[in-house]
Amino acid sequence: MVASRNNNPSKKAFAEFMMNRRRMLALGGMTAGAGALAACGGNTGREDGGDGVSLLQWYHEYGEAGTQEAAKGYAADYKDANVTVEWIPGDYDAALASGLLTDDAPDVFESHLNRGMVEAGQVVPLDDIIADVIDDIPEGDLLRNTIDGTVYGINMIDDPQYIVYRPSLFADAGITAPPTTFEELIAIAAELTTSDVKGIDFGAAGGTDRLGQHMINSLGLSFIGADMQAGFNDPRMAEGALLVKQLNDSGSLLLGAPTDWWDPSSMIQGLTAMSWTGLWTMPALLENLGDDIGIFPCPGFVGGTPTVFNGGWATFVNANSKNVDAAKAFTKWLWVDNTEAILDWCLSYGFHIPSRLSLREQADQLSSGPAAEAVAISEEYGWAENPDWTPAMNTAVNDMLSNIAIEGNDPEAELAKAVETVNTELDGIFG
Amino acid sequence: MAVTDKTADPAPAAAGTSRRPRRRRTFGGRTLAFWYFVGPFLLGLLIFTYIPVGWSAYLSLFDARNTVTPTSDDFVGFDNYVTMLGNEDFRRSLITFTVFAAIIVPITFASSLGLALAVNKVRIMRAFFRSVFFLPFACSYVVASLVWKMSIFAGVRYGMANTVLGWFGIENIPWLFGNDPPWFWLVIATLRLWIQCGFYMILFIAALQQIPEHLYEAAYMDGAKPGWQTFWHITLPHLRASSVAVLMLVLIAAYQAFDEFWNLLPNSGNVPYARTPLIYLFHTSLGTSQDLGRGSAGALILALLIAIVTLFQGKLLGFGKPEGR
Repeated sequence: MVASRNNNPSKKAFAEFMMNRRRMLALGGMTAGAGALAACGGNTGREDGGDGVSLLQWYHEYGEAGTQEAAKGYAADYKDANVTVEWIPGDYDAALASGLLTDDAPDVFESHLNRGMVEAGQVVPLDDIIADVIDDIPEGDLLRNTIDGTVYGINMIDDPQYIVYRPSLFADAGITAPPTTFEELIAIAAELTTSDVKGIDFGAAGGTDRLGQHMINSLGLSFIGADMQAGFNDPRMAEGALLVKQLNDSGSLLLGAPTDWWDPSSMIQGLTAMSWTGLWTMPALLENLGDDIGIFPCPGFVGGTPTVFNGGWATFVNANSKNVDAAKAFTKWLWVDNTEAILDWCLSYGFHIPSRLSLREQADQLSSGPAAEAVAISEEYGWAENPDWTPAMNTAVNDMLSNIAIEGNDPEAELAKAVETVNTELDGIFG
Repeated sequence: MAVTDKTADPAPAAAGTSRRPRRRRTFGGRTLAFWYFVGPFLLGLLIFTYIPVGWSAYLSLFDARNTVTPTSDDFVGFDNYVTMLGNEDFRRSLITFTVFAAIIVPITFASSLGLALAVNKVRIMRAFFRSVFFLPFACSYVVASLVWKMSIFAGVRYGMANTVLGWFGIENIPWLFGNDPPWFWLVIATLRLWIQCGFYMILFIAALQQIPEHLYEAAYMDGAKPGWQTFWHITLPHLRASSVAVLMLVLIAAYQAFDEFWNLLPNSGNVPYARTPLIYLFHTSLGTSQDLGRGSAGALILALLIAIVTLFQGKLLGFGKPEGR
């Protein structure tokens, strides 16, 4: 670009500077490359031995201390194959989605089922390995892992999401019972808001990234109707969205906290009186707030019921694995037969509900206090993802709520738009 | 590159046929050196740029979900392009970008030029000032985003900005939530300015130091006043090539905005009021969706748009013409 016309010192300095920058980048590249190589070395470090079958198992990064060691421990206990556990930090869903397209894909991995995975031939049916325990698996956990009557995944843990509150603050404000309707929630949140403490923390997006989905379930509607079209085209949805706007406008939402809803810090630091959370934060909350926590499900919208989202993770077997049978055998050994490991996984680190009805009764930690309450509301009001519901459809519902609650757009028009987007997606998949 | 090529070999014809061995050695050595220097770069370009671009173009013609090798059954022609262009969210992301560019391009240009002029005037500790303003460029957008989000612009009472506003009795502002008023632009714009101004400042300093001192002296002799007059009639015209390059680089960088939006905004930037084109495309094709057909179509539309704008801007402002003419 700059022709070499003269050799004045400044230009030389600039050139040198650019060279240095390039060298710096090159060095950076080399370090990154070395890092990648080292990582590869880790990947392929499947020792020979046993009967020679090596399996690779992927987990997302669980936050609780000891989980990684536990996962590696289970794998080491398995005698029929050499299982290497890989812990994937960061955006696990994206890493997995692209990883499954390559030859270095895991044989066994945790994920959430969607139709795309089945249509792309990425997962194998697991009906045969759960046949013996099928009655012991909660119905919702089975449904979310089923596409067209075939079960592809086995739920490892259930993580209900609900609202946690400080009973002491409720008592100070003269509130006797947690809210059951969203209108009550708005009123209580306003009452609890002071100059230092906000009423409720729904996360960085002010709840617009989850309340639409809860509304659909609260009103008894469905994500996808039997006619394979959007199942939530109902005027009550628009009314519910206006309630979220009302909460948003009330000034009782905690917004801009340094941590998002899945981290209990804002609750522990006393920034808010109530907070959206999940069962995994229970140990941290109990440790920091002691007895001063209570929980309740997401209140009902427009005459609907309360709701609890049952999140969690399921385990799958890669259809393109070179050792599908060995991978299935390992999966059955760990996540079907090895009840000791399942209980340890659910209860020794964070708190999760075992996805097996018989194991829930054995779990002392889940038998009293707020944890027991969480199990109860999860079973009574719980809903789970629909494997046909794609991220694009989910974004359409989030956008609808954001456009109504944050930008004040016309609710009916936004609902119509979301319905249309979801229908277009569905037509693309099933049409 | 072109300049070197022409001048490096002074007279290939003059070598003649009588001194074959020398010529061959020269030729071989040169060619080898050429490939030694250019080869790795070209290979990288081929593997990491041209093949993926070609593959995207191929994928964009298919209904490619969760696969990079679609079968002929999935061929959909230009449907993906029609869908993307008809998609309100994608179009809105282009508007978001336009707002972003309208904020960031002129401010970056003005402040990096201003910084360059100021640093260039300073007679003491020049190297210090140059590095101080340049250093943020070495900081990653992710790290800076975390600092901006968790300490400077935290929406709670102990956030730095809110603490300062609190002294004046102003209520806490949730900087990164919602768009009424759109405070998030302040957070995003300051972060990007902090990181990139120093780099463009260096480009300007290099160009400034090339302007011959005698032009100014001649102007003063003719009665021009130092300051605005000489800046407008001498400095600015001589900076034209650099200015055009800077404008172009800033604009392209703005088109590619991703990191700070992803790290600063709620829901990984997947919010309708501030979704940049790349964030939109990421969620379409690289997150859990893996709709690679539409994602590729969108990426190519975006690439075409950047190319058109850049060419148009280059044409308008005369990119590539020598300085000061």
